[in-house]
Amino acid sequence: MSLATLSLTQASRLLQRGEISSRELTRAALDSIAAQNGRLNAFLFVDEPGALKQADAADESRKRKAAPSPLSGIPLAVKDVLTVAGMPCTCGSKILENYIPPFTATAVKKLQEAGMVVLGKTNTDEFAMGSSTENSAYGVTRNPWDLSRVPGGSSGGSAAAVAARMACAALGSDTGGSVRQPASFCGVTGLKPTYGRVSRYGLVAYGSSLDSVGAFGRSAQDVAAIFSAMQGSDPLDATAQNLPAGEISLEAPDNLQGVRIGVPKEYFIDGIQPAVEKKIREAIALFEQLGAEIIEISLPHTEYALPVYYLIAPAEASANLARFDGVRYGPRAEAETMWDVFTKTRGEKFGDEVQRRIMLGTYALSAGYYDAFYGQAQKVRTLIKRDFEQAFSLVDAIACPVAPTTAFPIGAHGDDPLAMYLEDVFTLPANLAGVPGLAFPVGFDENQLPVGMQLMGPHFAEAALLRLAHAYQQATEWHLAILPPL
Amino acid sequence: MEYEVIIGLETHIQLNTSSKIFCSCKTNSWEAAPNTNICPVCTGMPGVLPVLNERVVEKGVLLATAMHSQAQPVSFFDRKNYFYPDLPKGYQISQYDRPLATGGYMDIPSGEGTRRVGIWKMHLEEDAGKTKNEMGLRLIDFNRCGVPLVEMVTAPDLRSADEAAAYLTRLRQLLRWIGISDADMEKGQLRCDANVSLRPLGATYLNPKTEIKNVNSIEAVRDAIEKEILRQTHEYEAGRKIESWTLEWDEDTQTLKKMRSKETEADYRYFREPDLLPVYLTDEWKAAILQDFPELPQERRVRFMREYALPAYDAEILTSERSLSDYFEAAVKAYAGDPKRVSNWLLNDVMRMLNESGQTAGQLALIPAYLAEIITLVDSGVVNASTGKTLLEKTSVTGKTPRQIVAAEGLAKVSDDSAIRAAAQQVIAENPGEAAAYRTGKTGLMGWFVGQLMRKMGGKADAPKARAIFEELLA
Repeated sequence: MSLATLSLTQASRLLQRGEISSRELTRAALDSIAAQNGRLNAFLFVDEPGALKQADAADESRKRKAAPSPLSGIPLAVKDVLTVAGMPCTCGSKILENYIPPFTATAVKKLQEAGMVVLGKTNTDEFAMGSSTENSAYGVTRNPWDLSRVPGGSSGGSAAAVAARMACAALGSDTGGSVRQPASFCGVTGLKPTYGRVSRYGLVAYGSSLDSVGAFGRSAQDVAAIFSAMQGSDPLDATAQNLPAGEISLEAPDNLQGVRIGVPKEYFIDGIQPAVEKKIREAIALFEQLGAEIIEISLPHTEYALPVYYLIAPAEASANLARFDGVRYGPRAEAETMWDVFTKTRGEKFGDEVQRRIMLGTYALSAGYYDAFYGQAQKVRTLIKRDFEQAFSLVDAIACPVAPTTAFPIGAHGDDPLAMYLEDVFTLPANLAGVPGLAFPVGFDENQLPVGMQLMGPHFAEAALLRLAHAYQQATEWHLAILPPL
Repeated sequence: MEYEVIIGLETHIQLNTSSKIFCSCKTNSWEAAPNTNICPVCTGMPGVLPVLNERVVEKGVLLATAMHSQAQPVSFFDRKNYFYPDLPKGYQISQYDRPLATGGYMDIPSGEGTRRVGIWKMHLEEDAGKTKNEMGLRLIDFNRCGVPLVEMVTAPDLRSADEAAAYLTRLRQLLRWIGISDADMEKGQLRCDANVSLRPLGATYLNPKTEIKNVNSIEAVRDAIEKEILRQTHEYEAGRKIESWTLEWDEDTQTLKKMRSKETEADYRYFREPDLLPVYLTDEWKAAILQDFPELPQERRVRFMREYALPAYDAEILTSERSLSDYFEAAVKAYAGDPKRVSNWLLNDVMRMLNESGQTAGQLALIPAYLAEIITLVDSGVVNASTGKTLLEKTSVTGKTPRQIVAAEGLAKVSDDSAIRAAAQQVIAENPGEAAAYRTGKTGLMGWFVGQLMRKMGGKADAPKARAIFEELLA
């Protein structure tokens, strides 16, 4: 058995006991990448010498009984929208081809300081805009459960890497579901923290008021360890909250007596894949068996989340992506005038979906349209936030599907961006409200594809969500399911 | 036809914080090589975020208070979107509909009276970099990116080029007085765009205005506005209309050039900066900022005239600069005599020393107490006036008290008749020709004789006494 099959929690225990070394564990991860990445295309960049060097340093410090944390020596994959000094950061785009940032994202830095070993950078939809990883300029990532299908997106590379045992854990980013939906499609556990809980410094911005850095692992326990280490305030991010860090205790309670779980009726709509609804209902029933009280609730403005998101996120993106002009980094198109250099570089190097969202956002902010589009969207966003505030006055968590379907075939949404946008219909509201969301596997559909459940909680209630998922995972084995041989 | 001139000014004030508005880079790049005071944040590398330097807000609040503006308890930053190679993020972080302060005014001298110039708003923003073309290349220096600016817009209340210049002079004085900007226009620390329009005298409507950019001194602002008033007058006289152009002042040729028509201006697509929190100016914070807020120059000028019975001219000059006016008051307190005497010494002699050395009054080794001591020594006849003036320099150089210098160098005035008489006799003996000339009526030589005597006695003789003795001896 390869060490690559170890979960983060198992690997941590063995490392601390001295039964394995970080070099062995890292070597196994690198070998797993080498064996599988050709067909999965989960990694865009692998830093083998760097990873082994960090592994040796971790072994060295552990020998001196100076390991900085239980995470020390554990291999980590990083989505290619987060900077790591010295490694390329393409954001899945041609416009950042060969760009190497001079600084490391705070979330990554905190994990490196905890001793984690950064293996490399994982594939993403261009600038995190997409739900399938098909929008990457560097080729689609394939779903390890079925190579003809997408891994979800935009953090598809990270989700596939964890599912395929190429890394114990991975970082992603979630602006509208980009951690939770690929976690669901790939059968792993993925957390989108509260907005502001993890520093965004070093995360290449897409929708700044929605972006959050999230984590993937094989279980709630794995994710809890990563999340505790990377969350917290940052002098480089004014929106990062200063809250007590603390280890998250996952001592599973004997039962979930007293826990109230809300089930929003708006999340069980026509068009949801029957097997998805069935598995989610079964999982809810299990929570009830474990002692939780199940309450039907309403989030009445849910139907507006999609249009609101597709005004706010592109508007912010239109400004965030203005810096990619070919002047300071990345490739520059040759042209006669300065303005032609700008337009030609952007026209040639940004992909279609990115250009579509930049135009959408520019339009929504334009004089004469602002009030009707961006301004109106901000007002409705407030109503969506209020839905959640009201719901969380009644329940401790909300349970619902992550996505209406399981992983779909590559190319299924072809030239239909709207169909693709609908993939995020259950995940967008959490970003608009800034609340945390956790995705974890609760079974398989008729094609043996993983189904994911989403738990959402009040601001800063990540620990509560992780405890609920942990209780579920103590009672089930879906998160331990092994990939079919491909 | 008679026209009324309508002018509004938009000023950009560079705040003199030590670090930039959203990162910790140094702001002062006056002597720095290009692109040396930069970091990932101010050059807008992918993934960076701005973090507000609170000193910028504090200096903004000082300015708002000095301009009688209302600093807002909550204000917001916004993104102003436009593409330019020296704007690395493709947007400028600025303020828009909820700026740091609104309203306010400044009074400026106008003819015999004063004119109150209204302030519409003042907001905080980051500066952009600098672009220049050289050897067929477009070169960009990002050092200035992220240097904090206040943009302050006046109401169209100014009525002449002279008033515009007076406004800028008063503003520059005020900025230095409250210590928030060095306000050197040639270094770009104070920049000014002027909006100019004309209308028939007595009309209440406003005609289209033109905006003049790129003026780098108060004189240039005056010159450019005067040129534009002439141009607009000619256009109206010729029956033509004025279009809303943006004009650029060319300092070398002293002419205005059309930059663009207003109609083609960009849509900046402002929206709230999601990376920054609202600026909450709490009562406690505001009180702490204003704890040592100084008396302002105009108030002090009026008080000097009232309290010290100074002429308007003296009060104006003494309050032109805060350090000088503080110096004056300290010297008056130490002197305890007629404040006008202190003012005379300051205006005639100390100001010359300041101009020659480039120091401010506060930097002089000749502290106010020493100046008071020197004036007292002269008043009480211990030294004569010319010795008093040399004491100014000597105190500045040695740092010793005037009395110590007088004692050490034996500078006390000689009033002893016999000593003066002996020296006078010596002068007459050595200069028989001049003595003869005087006796034949060339009495204009008296000053020369006294001068010769002073040289012999090291300037210490009592001059009136010496004159009397010469008159007697040469009779």
